[in-house]
Amino acid sequence: MEHNLHLWFIPLLPLTGALINGALGRRFSKPLVTAIALLSTAAAFGMALNVVMQFSGLQLPYVENHGAWIQLPGTFNVDFAFMLDQLSLIMLLVVTGVGFLIHIYSAGYMADDDGYYRFFSYLNLFMFFMLMLVLANNYLLMFVGWEGVGLASYLLIGFYFHKHSAAQAGKKAFIVNRVGDFGFLLGMFLLVKHFGSLDYSVIFNQILQHPAQFPIESGAGLLTLVSFCLMVGATGKSAQIPLYVWLPDAMEGPTPVSALIHAATMVTAGIYMVARSNVIFNHAPMALNVVAIIGALTAFFAASIGIVQTDIKRVLAYSTISQLGYMFMACGVAAYSAGIFHLMTHAFFKALLFLSAGSVIHALGGEQDMRYMGGLRKHIPVTFWVMTIATIAIAGIPPFAGFFSKDEILWKAFSSSDHGWIFWAIGLVTALMTSFYMFRLLFMTFFGERREGSSLEPGHGHGGHGAHEDHGHGREPHESPWIMLGPLVVLAVLSVVGGWVGIPHSMGKLIGVQQNHFEEFLAPVFEHGNSEQVAASESKEPPTKYAKGEAASDTHPSDATEIELTGVSILAGLIGLFAAWYLYLSRPELPARIVARIGGLYSLVVHKYYVDEIYQDGIVEPIVDGSRSVLWKGVDVEVIDGAVNGAGSTAKGGWSIMREMQSGNIRSYAGWVALGAACLVAYMIWMGAQ
Amino acid sequence: MTPTGMDRFALTAITFLPAVAALLLMLFPRGHKQEDEHGHLLYGNDQAFKYAALFASLIAFIISLHLPAHFDYHTAGFQPRFSTDLLWIKFPEIHYHLGVDGISMWLVILTTFLVPLSILIQWNSIHGRVKEFMVLILLLETAMIGVFLALDLFLFYVFWEATLIPMALLIGMYGHERRVYAAVKFFLYTMVASVFMLGSIIWLYLHVGSFDYIEIQAALLSGKIPGIDHAALWLFLGFFAAFAVKVPLFPFHTWLPDAHVEAPTAGSVLLAGVLLKMGTYGLMRFNVALFPEEARKHAPWIITLAIIGIIYGALVALVQPNLKKLVAYSSVSHLGFVVLGIFSFTTAGADGAVYQMLNHGVSTGALFMLCGMIYDRRHTFEIKQFGGLATPMPVYAIIFLIITLSSIGLPLTNGFVGEFLVLSGAFQAKSLYGALAATGVIWSAGYMLWLYQRTFYGELTLDVNRRLPDATMREKVSLFPLVAMAIIMGLFSPYWMQAIDPSSRAVNNARVSTMGIQGTTSETMTRNSAPPIVRSQITNHQSPITR
Repeated sequence: MEHNLHLWFIPLLPLTGALINGALGRRFSKPLVTAIALLSTAAAFGMALNVVMQFSGLQLPYVENHGAWIQLPGTFNVDFAFMLDQLSLIMLLVVTGVGFLIHIYSAGYMADDDGYYRFFSYLNLFMFFMLMLVLANNYLLMFVGWEGVGLASYLLIGFYFHKHSAAQAGKKAFIVNRVGDFGFLLGMFLLVKHFGSLDYSVIFNQILQHPAQFPIESGAGLLTLVSFCLMVGATGKSAQIPLYVWLPDAMEGPTPVSALIHAATMVTAGIYMVARSNVIFNHAPMALNVVAIIGALTAFFAASIGIVQTDIKRVLAYSTISQLGYMFMACGVAAYSAGIFHLMTHAFFKALLFLSAGSVIHALGGEQDMRYMGGLRKHIPVTFWVMTIATIAIAGIPPFAGFFSKDEILWKAFSSSDHGWIFWAIGLVTALMTSFYMFRLLFMTFFGERREGSSLEPGHGHGGHGAHEDHGHGREPHESPWIMLGPLVVLAVLSVVGGWVGIPHSMGKLIGVQQNHFEEFLAPVFEHGNSEQVAASESKEPPTKYAKGEAASDTHPSDATEIELTGVSILAGLIGLFAAWYLYLSRPELPARIVARIGGLYSLVVHKYYVDEIYQDGIVEPIVDGSRSVLWKGVDVEVIDGAVNGAGSTAKGGWSIMREMQSGNIRSYAGWVALGAACLVAYMIWMGAQ
Repeated sequence: MTPTGMDRFALTAITFLPAVAALLLMLFPRGHKQEDEHGHLLYGNDQAFKYAALFASLIAFIISLHLPAHFDYHTAGFQPRFSTDLLWIKFPEIHYHLGVDGISMWLVILTTFLVPLSILIQWNSIHGRVKEFMVLILLLETAMIGVFLALDLFLFYVFWEATLIPMALLIGMYGHERRVYAAVKFFLYTMVASVFMLGSIIWLYLHVGSFDYIEIQAALLSGKIPGIDHAALWLFLGFFAAFAVKVPLFPFHTWLPDAHVEAPTAGSVLLAGVLLKMGTYGLMRFNVALFPEEARKHAPWIITLAIIGIIYGALVALVQPNLKKLVAYSSVSHLGFVVLGIFSFTTAGADGAVYQMLNHGVSTGALFMLCGMIYDRRHTFEIKQFGGLATPMPVYAIIFLIITLSSIGLPLTNGFVGEFLVLSGAFQAKSLYGALAATGVIWSAGYMLWLYQRTFYGELTLDVNRRLPDATMREKVSLFPLVAMAIIMGLFSPYWMQAIDPSSRAVNNARVSTMGIQGTTSETMTRNSAPPIVRSQITNHQSPITR
């Protein structure tokens, strides 16, 4: 194979953009900044397309090595090496494609912001790290991207740094992610200790080639431990229980950032990492089960919070957490390709939702509270239509993108094991809630009458939207410029057709498509002789059952069941739609009455189950207070330093010398030192003279 | 290649050039006396002294680059081509013996690299007595380099103690309000601890009959010194006392925050950047390489102290209201990593420890420079006095951010490589060590980002901060090399490792034997190479897949 794809160039392009704009952008004109940022991203996207063109001729996985990063000969090596396979190709396309669209949108959205160059510099920096993450050939290089996107996220959440809440949210995101990274690090240490390498291929081949040494673990073995550690990392980055708390606060960042980083790409890194490590996870059924449980709980839990939020971006934030929960659950039932499929469709429709929300906020001069919206359908029709498409897509109504991927996950969960129906049921209820809160958002925003009032302080633009202040509230809401609407339309098209590449097997039969193309495409990454592996092992643990069923899917007996379940999930989506219509359009006075009726529960949910408070009072405060009053003022000052000073002053004659020396007279002090030096020299001479 | 005259002379030239320059400065007249409005004494030739000292330290830096350029990367121990061994005092036999290996070479270069930068950053904030300041800095440089290069234990001790005097004077004469207290504490604390080391050195001399490091090491490793069985522990502890205080290892660290807060900027930079490394260097060179059995026997509690230091230092740093104290406590935490790496007795741990010594010099050196810059402007280190500084001082804010990221070990900065290696080595030694120490990544992010938020983000609350001037050209010039190194060392670590790795392996491989001196037995090789399962794969894992 004589292909040289120059993969390293793909992340390098946005990095160059980031460095140029970061260093010189202050002196550049806005068009120049825009050109640098957009062209570097476009070029990366172009190179990704070039990779697609050449893909069929490649021998996979394709690896490019650019020399050593850390080298301890004979002990441990990590290279700057990039890898391309089916999985990284999909990630590459999603990241560069959606990333490029959001860059275009941002050129419009951020046009009036003073920090324009800074914004694009950070955004390009994010692209660099994200591309490192998906193209890396080993865990350590993935970790570079992993922490790097965290940095970019930190910078962008805190973009309006003069705002306390924004600075606070950025820091919170970084530190919570570091808790996850701690798990990731431990996972890597275990891998280094037992495999002597962090290269994917070395580790995975070892495991696959030595089934005796690496059996499918029924208890908590090495690979289970590794899986748990990696999972902790993934819960941080992909905002799962218990580390999801940073994501809602991350909405302090500019809206395009929420779309790109906190919905479409960065937060999916955890899903990618678990999917990438599927060989390890497949050997750790216990860890997989926990992943599935965490995913299911997060999906449900976040959706329930999403129902009562009134800030348009926060609804979407909790929705993102919930949808990531779906993907996590998919990974947990070893349906990695379904998880990645949902990752892709979600990237389309969630980016679209956020960008549309941005367009709404833009139209209203910074207003984010849905209680002060309403009736916007007529004012911003394009935004309305694309957002409607995205809402249908996420609600799981066919034939829009979200339907196929969500349904695939639900079915895989159901058929994964004897207990699979539990995951399916949770997923189904979540789907209903998703449909409800999304249509609630749509109805509250675009339908009914415009509600008066504002959540914004007079004379104060909301957050960074100060730039839009001049649009004011007295004026009519206005449609966004086409530089913003263009990307929305493209994403809307993708939100419709994006799911057609992965029409599930059973449905495909009905319309004459024989295979789930998406799953088939990813099969080399997720199956690699897995079935033999499974057959060879004695284990009959649940997650492997799916792999077996996969191998024999042509004769699957339950196509009919699958179709039935699909019907049920469509129904759930429609019920959610109907409920939202009934409560927010037909009987708008009802929600308030329901709230009054269930007061306590409502209050619990609206306060997000008090998780933030529990973390703050139960973890953060004790650490800070304990460090201050016990460790610093107690142990350090009183005990240790007290002992030191005490010893110094009680030493024989020490006190008077100390007092003499502390007289503050430099000259006498210098004299003491000189005396000491003189003694030393005399001592040397004396020794020399002997 | 045969050694050239330059090679033979190089170590002496690097060591003594600053001292010679200091002597010349002493002879040079101050110029006419004047007083500024604050009553500080100024002299006509002050500028000339500054330029002369800067020039001399730059020359020393350039000469020191001769070492990596002509270093033999295939030699694990001390480089024969650079070694100098002359009889200094006949009886007791004290040699002027200098030598360099992959560990000391980079520490020497760290020193020569930091000195000119610290002179430059202090340029306008020496209030009076400029001549003495420059003389002291240059004398200090000689002493520090001497510590890293001396291979005669007596010579080593002389250099070791010689660093104390100029540093104590720098703190005592040029520091802030409580400077005398801090200087005395620093001086007495470290001096007392060094006495124990002197005891060990004298015992060794009396029983081996030499101060020569190589001879003493050979004798110790042969296990044939009479009485060593009983003495080994005390000798080990004697060295350990001196080094543990210097590092400083918890709970011997309380001199450090005081010394740092009171020291002038240049003093802090060199104190954190170089002087603390003398402690960790000593632990490797003496405690581990001379007493391998004792070191391994006592590793558990030393590692325990190191891990306590990592977590404790970070937590105490978290709640400091004083910027400079915060950075000082963060040093306790960072140096804990170094000690952990050294006493993990793994290749990754030792390599990482040495790398982390250099990294800490770069990043904490830069942090202290940044502290000094803000002090020059606001005359306070109270974090409460800042807030929103990113608006008036954007360049300063960006440099501070990059250094912060290096300090918390973000990948692609130097800190990450060192931390990862140390932690992974510690984890190989015992999973619990690695796991506990790895929580450091969370704490460090906590205290540094909280500091960053309180200093740079939020509204500008105080009017005095509204018009603070951003970094000047001089300040940028002093900081830029450090920022560049933080990133370069994060990207190209193999360049440094090629020298560090063989030398730190040699330190780890030194073992006492009844069969004579040993460097690399098969047993020690096993201990220091990869775990058994995969050793066969390591050599061929760069098969078609990665190459």
